[in-house]
Amino acid sequence: MRLLPRLILSIALLLWAPFVLAQSLEELVAALPEGSYDDRAAVIAQIAATGDDRALKVLEVLLAGDLEQLDSNSRIVEIYGQGRDDFARDILTGEDYGEVPSRGSSKVRVNNSLRRDIRTAIGTMTLRHPDPARRLAAAQSAFRSPDPEQAELLAEAAAAEADPEVARALAEALAVVTLAGDGAAEAKIAAISVMRDRGDTEARTVLSSALDNGDPQVAAAAEEAVRHIEQMQRLWGMAQNVWFGLSLGSVLLLAAIGLAITFGVMGVINMAHGELVMLGAYTTFAVQEAIRSSFPALFDWSLLIAAPLAFLVAGGIGVAIERGVVRFLYGRPLETLLATWGISLMLQQLVRSIFGPNNREVGNPSFMSGAFELGQMTVTWNRLWILVFALAVFAVLLFVLKKTPIGLQMRAVTQNRAMAANMGIRTGWVDAMTFGLGAGIAGLAGVALSQIDNVSPNLGQSYIVDSFMVVVFGGAGNIWGTLAGAFSLGIANKFLEPWTGAVLAKILVLVFIILFIQKRPRGLFAVRGRAVDA
Amino acid sequence: MLSLIDRRMGIFLAGLFVLTVAVPVGNLALDGQPVPSYIVALLGKYLCYALLAVALDLVWGYCGILSLGHGAFFALGGYAMGMHLMREIGPRGVYANPLLPDFMVFLNWDSLPWYWLGFDMFGFALLMALAVPGLLAFVFGWFAFRSRVTGVYLSIITQAMTYALMLAFFRNEMGFGGYNGLTDFKDVLGFSLQADTTRAGLFVLSALALAAGLLVAKAITSSKLGKVLIAIRDAESRTRFIGYRVEEYKLFVFVVSAMMAGLAGALYVPQVGIINPGEFSPANSIGIVIWVALGGRGTLVGAAMGAIIVGFAQTLFTSWFPELWLFALGGLFVFVTIFLPQGVLGLIESRLGRKPPPAPAPEEASA
Repeated sequence: MRLLPRLILSIALLLWAPFVLAQSLEELVAALPEGSYDDRAAVIAQIAATGDDRALKVLEVLLAGDLEQLDSNSRIVEIYGQGRDDFARDILTGEDYGEVPSRGSSKVRVNNSLRRDIRTAIGTMTLRHPDPARRLAAAQSAFRSPDPEQAELLAEAAAAEADPEVARALAEALAVVTLAGDGAAEAKIAAISVMRDRGDTEARTVLSSALDNGDPQVAAAAEEAVRHIEQMQRLWGMAQNVWFGLSLGSVLLLAAIGLAITFGVMGVINMAHGELVMLGAYTTFAVQEAIRSSFPALFDWSLLIAAPLAFLVAGGIGVAIERGVVRFLYGRPLETLLATWGISLMLQQLVRSIFGPNNREVGNPSFMSGAFELGQMTVTWNRLWILVFALAVFAVLLFVLKKTPIGLQMRAVTQNRAMAANMGIRTGWVDAMTFGLGAGIAGLAGVALSQIDNVSPNLGQSYIVDSFMVVVFGGAGNIWGTLAGAFSLGIANKFLEPWTGAVLAKILVLVFIILFIQKRPRGLFAVRGRAVDA
Repeated sequence: MLSLIDRRMGIFLAGLFVLTVAVPVGNLALDGQPVPSYIVALLGKYLCYALLAVALDLVWGYCGILSLGHGAFFALGGYAMGMHLMREIGPRGVYANPLLPDFMVFLNWDSLPWYWLGFDMFGFALLMALAVPGLLAFVFGWFAFRSRVTGVYLSIITQAMTYALMLAFFRNEMGFGGYNGLTDFKDVLGFSLQADTTRAGLFVLSALALAAGLLVAKAITSSKLGKVLIAIRDAESRTRFIGYRVEEYKLFVFVVSAMMAGLAGALYVPQVGIINPGEFSPANSIGIVIWVALGGRGTLVGAAMGAIIVGFAQTLFTSWFPELWLFALGGLFVFVTIFLPQGVLGLIESRLGRKPPPAPAPEEASA
């Protein structure tokens, strides 16, 4: 091994250089062009030993062949091109010397063995860098461009590494290097198991190149690992689809759950439901604008502030719709449909007149931006919070309907209006409250949707058909049905998408629902009983 | 035939006849063109809408089927005609391909999809404009009515149907021009679509189609079959218990109505010069319902009037106060459903002291 003596030399230099020579980086760099290649190797080792960030830069530029000495002032510079001309800037100070005339500078020459030294020095510097992020980056770059000569370097670095994440990256880089080199079969099998644990597409690529290894044991291990990785990837792909489906389902649930009350419980077709969602989104926008201009520090709380306001705005408008229009049309569901459609047109135009026809920017608070990795899938925070929010809204609604006096009255009025009135329930008031509750929940949905969708006057239109589908599929009059409907449609949609594309998946789901309604005209969980029978 | 024409129908048909004569004469024969060409095209468009409204009134007003997907039948008829007009362009397109329409050349298709075959023949296209909507209505209705999907559930799945079709037609892979639809038509049966005479001819054809549609609908509704339809509208279960096969009656009238809507679409496309997937949007289909409700549900003539009134109002509002149009239309929906359950026709007739039309009873409590 030619490498070993060189390495020992470098390390030896590393050890004594600071004490004996103790030259500054400036002096070392200035000394670079002088002497023979062997002298240069010594200087390079000393430069590396300074551990200075600028030293790393010097070595990288030197390796790229762009390090030159200016004839005019003997400074060592980095040559960089702009068009056809060469420009120079000082490698240490960064001072720009402007254009360099041809033959105005001479290159700091390196030969192949020197290049190897430089590469090793760079690897050592970055792999031993005090910043773990830099070490991680170095390990990852070693993984991507494996260099068999770095094997020992990587092994040492891995042994010395304290940060577990960096240590794993180093072990993986070492495994790639081992697999690419011509080492012992045992080492290779160990390396294969490291790759197997990594388990992503890159690991599979590395392993598939090990498949045609001469050693049958190694080849078999690699084959098994590839199979394992493929299986894991299938599982993770499935998990990712389920997650996307849950996420879509939570959006559908939010959009549909208010409708499940007005349509499912009251039997009122509220075509303005989507517009109430839109009003919730615009409330969020207005709250954020107010916060931006007056209390910028509160921005992260904007959604928390917007949610109750959106509930009140949408709920208030819902009560007004019920008192002003819908109550004249009870028992005439088709007329209600038309009247509320008219209201939806007016609300759309109202918002368009006030806020303009264009999309409005609603920001993500810090806790909702970004993403994290879960195994091999990426989970964005905003989707996760929306799922949590949707489930929370569902739980609260369930509680209100089942455990509170107003919920009891709502169910009583729905089941038998005349009897409820006889028992002293103010049915008109209960109707208004029920409709207002459904509308308010639509407003809450708007707060959540403002985080992932364009806030425009047409926001509601894009959800209205979907949310009706969810309620009808789940079975009107049963909010558990709505929950099941939303998540099953969401997941079905996302599982179809990889095969069919997004649009066709949606069409297929719609067709499926149309067929499903033929089979079970009252939905997945039909409420049985005289009250709902036609 | 004459027995079909009651006083209401008579007045409307007379008015339509006067319009059919006066407009082409005013446009083509008189000096100074008192009726400008764009008015002819506009009126022709309204007449197509009126025919569409009559088609919807036939199912909603007389059989209680509130279809929120009639725009789909209209658009399918329109696409059938649009496909013929695309083939008529021939080598005069931008890419001068004698066989393929421009958008297919643009998508690098090298041959015509099978479902475009035959559309070079006008007769075939016209047949398809009736048959395709009719077939869709048959299949859809056969499933829906047999499973006794009624009331709002039926409305919602018809809406889902037109929504699904809209999404499908937006796809370029479908071979119907995707987002842009079919346009840039040159001529029909050798007559240039830009010529005033062609426009006037299409206008007269639309008027004739509307009159024929009204008479067919009237014939159906005043026959014994029509009485059964009304019985289904007012008490579906009771009609079934008496022994009528409710689903067959419904299916028949639904298919007829869809074909009528398809015809309206086929006449509409050459007059407006474009058909795109926007015609499938659920909002359009709900718009048809308001025409019928405004004019007077279950009156046929009222439906036609409603379409024309709303069409005019839309043209005026969108050119004078575009901001206010949706307020006006939305307000109209609310006002008509609450205060004018009989529609404009009912209002006029009750003011004139005539017997109000037999009111469609509220639907059976269905949800």
